[in-house]
Amino acid sequence: MDLDALASCLASPACLVTQTTSGLIIGMLLFLVAVGLTLIFGVLKVVNFSHGAFYMFGAYFAMTAYQVTGSFALAILSGAVGTALLGLIFERVFMSRVYGRDVLMQLLVCYAFVLIFDDVVRMIWGPEFKSMGMPAAFQVPPLFIAGGVVPPYYLLLIGVALAAAALLGLGLARSRIGKVIRAAAHNPGMVSALGINTGLIYGGVFALGGMLAGLAGALAAPVRSLTPGMGFSVLIESFIVTVIGGMGSILGALIGALLIGLIRSFGSLGFPLFTEGLMYLFMVIVLVSRPTGLFGKEVA
Amino acid sequence: MTEVQAGQGTQPLEVPRIDARPQRYRDVLIALVAFVLLALLPVLFGSKQLLDFVIRCAAYGLFATSLNLLVGYTGLISFGHGMFFGLGAYGFGLMMQKTGVPIPVAFIATLAMTVVVAVVIGAICVRLKEIYFAFVTLAFQMLIHSTILSWQSLTGGDQGLRGGIPRPPFLGIDLSNHLHLYITSCALLVIGLLLMRQIAQSPFGYTLRMIRDNATRASFIGIDVWRAKLVIFVLAALFAATGGIIMALFVSGAYPEFAYWTISGEGIFINMLGGVTTFLGPMVGTVLLLILNDTVTRLTEYHGIVLGIVILFFAIGLRKGLMDFVVEWFAQRRGEGRA
Repeated sequence: MDLDALASCLASPACLVTQTTSGLIIGMLLFLVAVGLTLIFGVLKVVNFSHGAFYMFGAYFAMTAYQVTGSFALAILSGAVGTALLGLIFERVFMSRVYGRDVLMQLLVCYAFVLIFDDVVRMIWGPEFKSMGMPAAFQVPPLFIAGGVVPPYYLLLIGVALAAAALLGLGLARSRIGKVIRAAAHNPGMVSALGINTGLIYGGVFALGGMLAGLAGALAAPVRSLTPGMGFSVLIESFIVTVIGGMGSILGALIGALLIGLIRSFGSLGFPLFTEGLMYLFMVIVLVSRPTGLFGKEVA
Repeated sequence: MTEVQAGQGTQPLEVPRIDARPQRYRDVLIALVAFVLLALLPVLFGSKQLLDFVIRCAAYGLFATSLNLLVGYTGLISFGHGMFFGLGAYGFGLMMQKTGVPIPVAFIATLAMTVVVAVVIGAICVRLKEIYFAFVTLAFQMLIHSTILSWQSLTGGDQGLRGGIPRPPFLGIDLSNHLHLYITSCALLVIGLLLMRQIAQSPFGYTLRMIRDNATRASFIGIDVWRAKLVIFVLAALFAATGGIIMALFVSGAYPEFAYWTISGEGIFINMLGGVTTFLGPMVGTVLLLILNDTVTRLTEYHGIVLGIVILFFAIGLRKGLMDFVVEWFAQRRGEGRA
């Protein structure tokens, strides 16, 4: 424990800005992963335990595309589109076989793919740590806000994540497809009876969820090291986020992700060894006081 | 809302026997025979690997079977059951390293400590339903894991509890002797399984099945569901801790991985592999997983792929655990024979 470090940081504007930005980027990346998870749970009623793998694939796809083309925009795009395709195939071929079955069977299928995907990455890209490197456009001096250091790339990252959040929220609330998705989440039988192909909706939502995780992975690739199994800690953290926010709630995922991001970034100052513990402690406190999460609907 | 029924589907409820005594004698007899067979193993085959394998089976088997009391019998899918495995290993290891009390005292003290922790954590967890129960147990597990990592002065942090666990002889049993350790592990396994079998077949065991199948109805006929869930949560924790103690004795230490959530994941996986509707399913799953792990790791470095494909075969192909499959297959054949 190092409470003095935490206190002196809270008293200094420069440190406050630095830690808050770093909390925000952790939170925004987590949000992108968690919102896909919560969307898939909300519509398909499946807890996608293999979601972290899509984050991992997003990062590796982006790295490869960047090495081949040298274009950062293409790297991000291939991270997102590649994982969307992967999600679609995975859902249609495997997950669709276990809908409505035992929760344990669904978890087991996902767990199997966590193992398989990690080894596939190890086969293709090798077991060692990889790094994508910061694209040239962002190799510029950092900004200083109130004395705090803010790399420009962080701003891009936060901007893209916020844009994705807004697009997703508006799309679900306003567009026709969004309405159909919400209807399918509420009453798939009725939607199916109205002549809408629910299989297509399910596949689409899974692909969308995978795409968001892949986007997060691609965005994280320049600032994190890549390794097989990197999806796992992200998966666990995004589970915490969805559970804190309430399973199926997009707003909850956003708030939960930001809270976890800030807890991580400030917790690492005050409790260097117990940062992860703080997250779990927070989750326990939330679940004890509100068993369905902050924004979760009461399960009847 | 669909209740999680842990592979029960539409099967009819088992009807409890009015008089369970004949079955109890039968179970004790089976346990005795099993113990004698296990004890004869070193005489028949001198291989140390085989004995090591059985000791590991005892540790993981107790853990997995106790998890099935929650998952299969009560419908409580715990993702954090491994915390009690880790707690058992660390509690026992620390007690032996720091206090030097005799082994039986440390054993009982560890179990007592497990009861206290399990009552506190269980009281919070069993209020929650389904996926939220799974996640809050996971959170507690990771909380304990983080505590082990950060409390370096006591637990050795990520290095684990090293330096060996002293094993002074007691009552003529010397656990630093491999054969003695083997026999003791087998005895703990057989006694543990027998006790769990008695719990599962008792009226309380049938109360648990009723809670799993219809908790609302159970509470309507006057069952205190919360208390019943808490009791089985604590009992299951005790057997998981015993598994952890065997593991700590076996490796002569305790490592943070023992309390990591993957232990719980493996436990669930073992249950699914072996089957959750038969009492011995988790034991079968344990043996299968350990054999699978050992052989696959020897054959290829990509053992995740092989393990994953085997899991898929069970989850999508068989759609149930091995023991469930075998039992149903026999039941079906018998039914056809009669018709």
